[in-house]
Amino acid sequence: MKKLKAAIIGPGNIGTDLLIKLSRSPYIELDYVVGIQESKGIDIARSKGIDTTTNGIQELMARDGSDIAFDSTGAKPHLMHAPLLKEKGIFTLDLTPAAVGPYVVPSVNLNEEILNEVNVNMVTCGGQATVPIVAAINRAADVVYAEVISSVSSKSAGPGTRKNIDEFTETTRKALEKVGGADKAKVIIVLNPAEPPIFMRNTIYAKVKNPDLDAIRKSIDDMMEKIRTYVPGYTFLLEPIIKDDIVTVMIQVEGLGDFLPVYAGNLDIINSAAVAVAEAYAKKKLGVNE
Amino acid sequence: MRDVIITDTTLRDGSHSVSHQYTLEDVKKIAAALDAAGVDIIEIGHGDGLMGSSINYGFGLHSDFDYIKAVKPVLTKSKLAVLLVPGIGSIEDLEKARELGVEVVRVATHVTEADVAEQHIKAAKKMGLFTVGFLMMAHMADQETLLQEALKMESYGADVVYMTDSSGAMLPDQVFDNISYLKKHLKVPVGHHSHNNLGLAVANSLSAYKAGADYIDGSLIGFGAGAGNTPTEVLIGALNKSGIPNHVDFYKAIDAGDKVLIPIVQEKGLALPRMSSDSLVVGYAGVYSSFMLHAKRAAERFNVDTRDVLIELGRKKAVGGQEDWIIEVAHNLSKK
Repeated sequence: MKKLKAAIIGPGNIGTDLLIKLSRSPYIELDYVVGIQESKGIDIARSKGIDTTTNGIQELMARDGSDIAFDSTGAKPHLMHAPLLKEKGIFTLDLTPAAVGPYVVPSVNLNEEILNEVNVNMVTCGGQATVPIVAAINRAADVVYAEVISSVSSKSAGPGTRKNIDEFTETTRKALEKVGGADKAKVIIVLNPAEPPIFMRNTIYAKVKNPDLDAIRKSIDDMMEKIRTYVPGYTFLLEPIIKDDIVTVMIQVEGLGDFLPVYAGNLDIINSAAVAVAEAYAKKKLGVNE
Repeated sequence: MRDVIITDTTLRDGSHSVSHQYTLEDVKKIAAALDAAGVDIIEIGHGDGLMGSSINYGFGLHSDFDYIKAVKPVLTKSKLAVLLVPGIGSIEDLEKARELGVEVVRVATHVTEADVAEQHIKAAKKMGLFTVGFLMMAHMADQETLLQEALKMESYGADVVYMTDSSGAMLPDQVFDNISYLKKHLKVPVGHHSHNNLGLAVANSLSAYKAGADYIDGSLIGFGAGAGNTPTEVLIGALNKSGIPNHVDFYKAIDAGDKVLIPIVQEKGLALPRMSSDSLVVGYAGVYSSFMLHAKRAAERFNVDTRDVLIELGRKKAVGGQEDWIIEVAHNLSKK
C-alpha cells in the first residue's frame, strides 16, 4: 500500500524514539532525518538506511517529497521552521512548546478541523498525559480549577526539556484550559533523579462543581480506554478519590521502551500521540477507511 | 575574621509553619522587626517559592506579590528576597517580583538538577538581581556531584551558591567537608541553609562558617518546615560567642521572635515548630522537611502512622516538590 512520506527534524531523545515508532506505521514511511550535527539519532537513522542531513532545515526545503514533518527541536528553532514548512505545504506536528498551531490531544480533540490545519502542536508530555483526564472530569463534573504535578525521571529529561521548563508549564497550563476545559489551571513539573528511574507519573487535582464520584469515574474509565489504544502503558497509580469538591487522580505512564527504556513514559506518550495524529492525517490523504 | 551575611527566612520557610496563612499585617510587623534587627536579607513568599500557592502545597492567604507589596515600604536596610523553584515559578513571575522591589532571588533546584535553573539564573542576572543558586536536598548527593552542580550554577552567573540541607539530615562533619570542598573549587561565595530535624541546625551553621561559608540562613525561633530552621537569634548568640562578626543585633533578634512572632502564632492558635517524633523521622529518613505537615494530614485522612508515611517517602527517594506522592503513599499504606 502507498504510504505518506515523513521527515523528522531534531533527532534527539524525542526524534529518535519517533523514528523507531514510525518504522512500524502502516501508513507512513520515514524517509528523511534532519539534524544540525552528528548524533546518535543520525547514526541510528543511517543504520536503518534512512536519508539524513546534518545541515539543518535548508536541506529539507531544497528537497521534495515530504508530506509530513515532525519537529522535535525546540521552541525557538520551531518558530523559524514553521513558516518554511507551511510554505512547502508540509503537514507539521510540532513537538516543541512553540505552539504555532492549535493544540491536539488525540483522545480529546482529534477531528476533521484539526486535520485541515497545516501545523498542529502536540502540547507537552505532561499535557498529553493529563489533558484527557481533566477533559473527562470536566464532562462529568465541570472543572473550575485543575492542577497538575508531573514527575519525570531525570534521565528522561534531555537538555531541550531542561532549558524549556517555563515553556513546558505554560503550554501545559493553556492546554488544560483550552482542550481540557478547566476554567483555570496550574502546572508544576518535578525532575526526580532516583535510581532505578521512576516511571512518568502525573497527579491531577480537579476542583469541580458537581462532585458526583460515580459519574466522574465512569467518564475517566471511558477516556482511559481511548488513550490505551495509542498508549498501552497508561494506568492508574491512584484511582479517582474525592474530598469535598476536589478530585484526585494519579496516572503512571509506562513507555514501550523503543529508544529510551520503559520508564520514559513522558517521551512515549507525546510521540505516540503525534504518530496517532499523523496516521489519521495519512489515512485521510490516502483515502483509507476503517 | 570575615563577616557572615544572614538571610532570614521567617517569612518564606516559616510560611510552612502557618500553612501559608500570614496576613499582610503579620508580614509587615515581622519584616519591620527583622529590618530593625539588622538582618541582611529577608526572604518572603509562599514556602514553596514564587507561585507555590496550590492544592499540592497549600493555598496562600495572599499572593506572593501582595506580600512583597506590603513588606517593601517598611524596609530601610534589609534587602528583599524571593525563592524561585523552576518548574513551580517562572521567569515571568520573577520579573513581576522585581518590578515590585525584590532585589535578591534564590533559584532552587534539587541537588542533581542544576541545569534546570540555567534559564532562570541567567534571566535573574539580566534583571540586575543578586542571584543565589540554591541546591536543595544536598544530603542526597555525594561531594563530587554537589560540586559539579554548584559549578554549573556558578557558570550560569550565580553570585552565591548554597548547599541546602532541606531535610535537616546532615551532620556537622559532613557540612564541614562539603562546604570546604565547594569553597576550594568555586570562585563565588558559598552559603548554607539548615533544618533542625536532628537538632543540629546551629552546630551545622557554625561548621559551615568554619569551612568557609559566608552566607547563613536563619529563621526567628526556627520558624520553618520540619522541626524548623536554624533559629536566627540562637545563631546570632552562637556567632557572637565565637567572635564571628555579623550585622544582627542580638537582643533585637530575640525581641523580634518573642514580641512580634510569638503573639502572631498564638493569635492563630498554632504551635511553634519543634523537634518531635515526626520531624526526627524526617531528618533520619532524609525527607523534604515541608513534607511533614502534609504527611500528618494524609496520615489522618487515611488512618495510618505519619512515621510510616515519611519512611516510605524516604525509601522512594521523593524530592522537594513531590508533595503529591504523600497521598499515594498514605493511601497505599491504608490498603495494606
